[in-house]
Amino acid sequence: MNERREPLFLERESYRQRRTVDAARLLPILGFLALCLPILWGRGGDEGSRVTSVGVIYLFGVWIVLIVSAMILSRRLRRIETEQDDID
Amino acid sequence: MLSFNILIAVCLAYVVALFLIAFVADRRARRGQLGWLRSPLVYTLSLSVYCTAWTFYGAVGYAARSGLEFVTIYLGPTLVMVGWWWILRKLVRIGRSQRITSIADLISSRYGKSNLLGVIVTLMAVIGTTPYIALQLQSVTVSFAVFAQDRSGGAWGASDLNATALWVAAGLALFTVLFGTRNLDANERHYGVVTAIAAEAVMKLFALIAVGVFVVWGVADGAGDILARIDTSPIADWDMKPGRWVSLTFLSAVAFLTLPRMFQVMVVENVDERHLATASWAFPLYLFLMSLFVVPIAVVGLDLLPAGSNPDLFVLTVPLSQGRDGLAILAFLGGFSSATSMVIIAAIALSTMVSNHIVMPIWLSMAHQGATVSGDVRQVVLVSRRISIAVILALGYAYFRVSGGGAALAAIGLISFVGVAQFLPAMLGGIFWRGATKVGAAAGLLTGFALWAYTLFLPSFGGSFILPVSVLADGPFGIGWLRPQGLFGVSGMDPLLHALFWSLALNTIAFCVGSLSSFPKPQERLQGAQFVNVFDHNPNSQGWFGGVVEAEDLLVMAQRILGPEQAQGLFTRAAERQGKAGFLPDTSPEFLQRLERELSGSVGAATGHAMIGQIVGGSSVSVDDLMAVADETAQMMEYSSQLEEKSAELGRTARQLREVNEKLTDLSVQKDAFLSQISHELRTPMTSIRAFSEILRDGGVTGRERKKYATIIHDETIRLTRLLDDLLDLSVLENGQVKLNMRTVDLYDVIERSVVSAGIDGRMRFKRASSGEHVSVMTDPDRLSQVFINLIANACKYCAADAPELQIKVRTAAGVVEVDFIDNGAGIPAKSQPLIFEKFSRLGDHRAAGGAGLGLAICREVMSNLGGSVDYLPGQGGAAFRVSLPNERRSSVGVNHS
Amino acid sequence: MGKKVLLIEDEPNIIEAISYILKRDGWIVATHADGTTAIAAVERHAPDVVILDVMLPGRSGFDVLQDLREGEATTALPVLMLTARGQIKDREMAERLGASRFMTKPFSNKEVLACVQELVQA
Repeated sequence: MNERREPLFLERESYRQRRTVDAARLLPILGFLALCLPILWGRGGDEGSRVTSVGVIYLFGVWIVLIVSAMILSRRLRRIETEQDDID
Repeated sequence: MLSFNILIAVCLAYVVALFLIAFVADRRARRGQLGWLRSPLVYTLSLSVYCTAWTFYGAVGYAARSGLEFVTIYLGPTLVMVGWWWILRKLVRIGRSQRITSIADLISSRYGKSNLLGVIVTLMAVIGTTPYIALQLQSVTVSFAVFAQDRSGGAWGASDLNATALWVAAGLALFTVLFGTRNLDANERHYGVVTAIAAEAVMKLFALIAVGVFVVWGVADGAGDILARIDTSPIADWDMKPGRWVSLTFLSAVAFLTLPRMFQVMVVENVDERHLATASWAFPLYLFLMSLFVVPIAVVGLDLLPAGSNPDLFVLTVPLSQGRDGLAILAFLGGFSSATSMVIIAAIALSTMVSNHIVMPIWLSMAHQGATVSGDVRQVVLVSRRISIAVILALGYAYFRVSGGGAALAAIGLISFVGVAQFLPAMLGGIFWRGATKVGAAAGLLTGFALWAYTLFLPSFGGSFILPVSVLADGPFGIGWLRPQGLFGVSGMDPLLHALFWSLALNTIAFCVGSLSSFPKPQERLQGAQFVNVFDHNPNSQGWFGGVVEAEDLLVMAQRILGPEQAQGLFTRAAERQGKAGFLPDTSPEFLQRLERELSGSVGAATGHAMIGQIVGGSSVSVDDLMAVADETAQMMEYSSQLEEKSAELGRTARQLREVNEKLTDLSVQKDAFLSQISHELRTPMTSIRAFSEILRDGGVTGRERKKYATIIHDETIRLTRLLDDLLDLSVLENGQVKLNMRTVDLYDVIERSVVSAGIDGRMRFKRASSGEHVSVMTDPDRLSQVFINLIANACKYCAADAPELQIKVRTAAGVVEVDFIDNGAGIPAKSQPLIFEKFSRLGDHRAAGGAGLGLAICREVMSNLGGSVDYLPGQGGAAFRVSLPNERRSSVGVNHS
Repeated sequence: MGKKVLLIEDEPNIIEAISYILKRDGWIVATHADGTTAIAAVERHAPDVVILDVMLPGRSGFDVLQDLREGEATTALPVLMLTARGQIKDREMAERLGASRFMTKPFSNKEVLACVQELVQA
């Protein structure tokens, strides 16, 4: 019974690992889209003056979210890499 | 108040500190005390060579002129780092597994170690980087001038600027030569330099944050006030140009990958791939902090300083205008750090490229005998590196003098980015697309580079260099659609975007078309497979998995070894058997194994296996080695059919190959068997322990049974402990890490002690001649008695005679003391005798032994550590072992007989 | 139940443990500790189930299993294989040679018992 449970456990683990890698691949793409958003903002006139300080907050906000996400992912990815190296 | 001399003194002290850091780090590294030198933190900080003086000072100026656009220069690298799993991970793995020394080396080795590509990339890198070095020299001199002006009232003349630049260039050359070319490490790692760079990175960040904090909380009234000031300052009117925003983000991302100095710190100086995982978030954080205060400083600078002040120098002039001299000096050191770290790494990267791809090939072709004397070559490499460094810095200085500084130079940052971005198609194509070829890479690089020079670099001189003003305005020979800044009639486009678009687009097209229409050489294809499939390792597999392999590659390889006719015949027959026409069968496991056998017949199994492994992508032998073997083998076969007298040599080489092959196979089998044995030895006692503990847990056992089972559990845990002790002991002995306590002892004492502690059961009768045992030997008595106890205990256990008897004889002969242990049992069968000293070898019913079969293996290791040996002595009636000890001081102390 | 199990294993402690577990459940247990004479022991005892260790003195459990499968009377005899080496290789080998079940040491008592019961009912 033990023997049947084990592969299931491994599969779930490796499934999670694959999704972590997916997330790591997705992150820069999402980041690029979010950081390109400012080009869609309206410009000129009195509205533009409001946009700059909001823009600063928006950009640096996205930036810090990217950093934190990368930090969380890198912990998991490093573990995956270490395991792969062990298999090697 | 601050005098200019104090600034010079602080600056010199800082430089001395850097020298010290580099020196100490280098010395630690050479002693092997790497420790923190290889921490992910140092790696992350070293990546900050991306932030040069151009970004340190220039970002504020950029923000003052174009608002938030400056941030794109940091966003690109952030995205690349955050997306490390895509490209950087592969790049670093390839860099490490192929021992890549520079970006030129990467491209050249990917495309079959092409020297042509190496030269092209090197020249492009030198041309693209030299102006950038000039820019750094300029920033240092200008920042010096700010202080000089502030003190003496008078502005610096051109000669002062030039002299400063010359001193700085010379100092940097000295530093780089000292720490960058001290030794010729095969891995091209420079711990001293990297550590100094990391220290400079801290300085940069600290300085910029200090100025930022002063501006936000010292000048303005905190964060809210700064945000309000941003909206009322001229910066708020900045114009968002969507094209530039996206392109600059893309461009900075590309440059981050392709700049020679970034490649140096990111790939070449990487000591551990796992550091990349940390840097993936830590470096973006660094960039984030570097840019956090840029806008506030720009806003406050525009507010405080008179109109027309140079915003590029706000980082210095804002603190100065507020009388904060200390802060200004700190900011100066930050800028100084940015400039120097960039120049140092760039010079190392470029000098490696120049010496490996330009100087060395020329030297080797001039010295006709080739690289036979290794010491000789080493010296040449070092000298050529040193000269290259000096020349590169001299070029930077010359460019600084010729361009005359000023705005033309400030624009060079992005121009340089576009130049190195031309490496991108060849680089990414090389690591992701097996079909990329040398011809394609060369075509792409040359096209991109030519277009960059024509549309961006030469026009940046404004008509004063090669391209005259008339060409800029009307195109060459008056052909309008060839105007450098309006190719194919596209006009009104931002010149930078125009150049970026056309150069990269045509570069990529040339690369793809060239690759698709050319045919790569075998080595190029093998290298391609190595690079693209760097992660597809296929560990410990005996068989081959098909699908990944291309039959064609195998045919190319097989033809080299078997000869074209035989190889083609083999492939055709295999294809026929699979029901296919033509030369190329499916690479099924059966076929691969058959081919391997066929190759093994010519070059030995291990080599054959390795060769196919190379194409499948599962082996770590370098392609060069294998191609050399293949070529040699092919040549040898040709000779042997033509020249009879060569056959002896061929035989010898084949035998050597076979021997190597056998050794490799043996090692792998031994390792598997050892692991399997350990697993068995550990699991067996654990099985008893688990089973009986479950029985005891279930209850319902009688008191007698409970006692018995508890005893079994107890005994089995002792057996496990002993096994682990033995394994650890053996591993220490085998690695030669054992600490021996050598002293002169009387052999009699050692034997006496061993007999007492081993022969406890009293059944065994010992026959000894005590008088002969009084020999003084130089040894570790504890270790020696460990061996004796083991031999005596074995005799007690295995000797099956009715009246067991063990004879211990000591003999001294020719500087050797021999101690024989002979029992009167059945002895060991001849066929088992060679095996008894192997790990886990147990004869017959191993239950009786109670140990794991490591005892004799340990004995052998102990004796070899003691400089002696232990052997089985056949033909003595019972089992007999001889322990031999070296005896340097042969003096019998047997005076007082007992 | 009164069905008969033959345990071919050479570690005395493990023999003791498995015998105890099976006897407690009402099985008749015979044991044998040698590989070379294992086939003869199977013929002599005519068990309903065989528990077979891989690492035996004399001949390996795999050889014994192969002989059992080739023998006419024993070709369908339920065989539970035990090994302490724990390699995938061994499991594959056991499956190829026709072992009914395969278990890695250390095992849980309940599992061994359940396995033997299942093998007899099947």
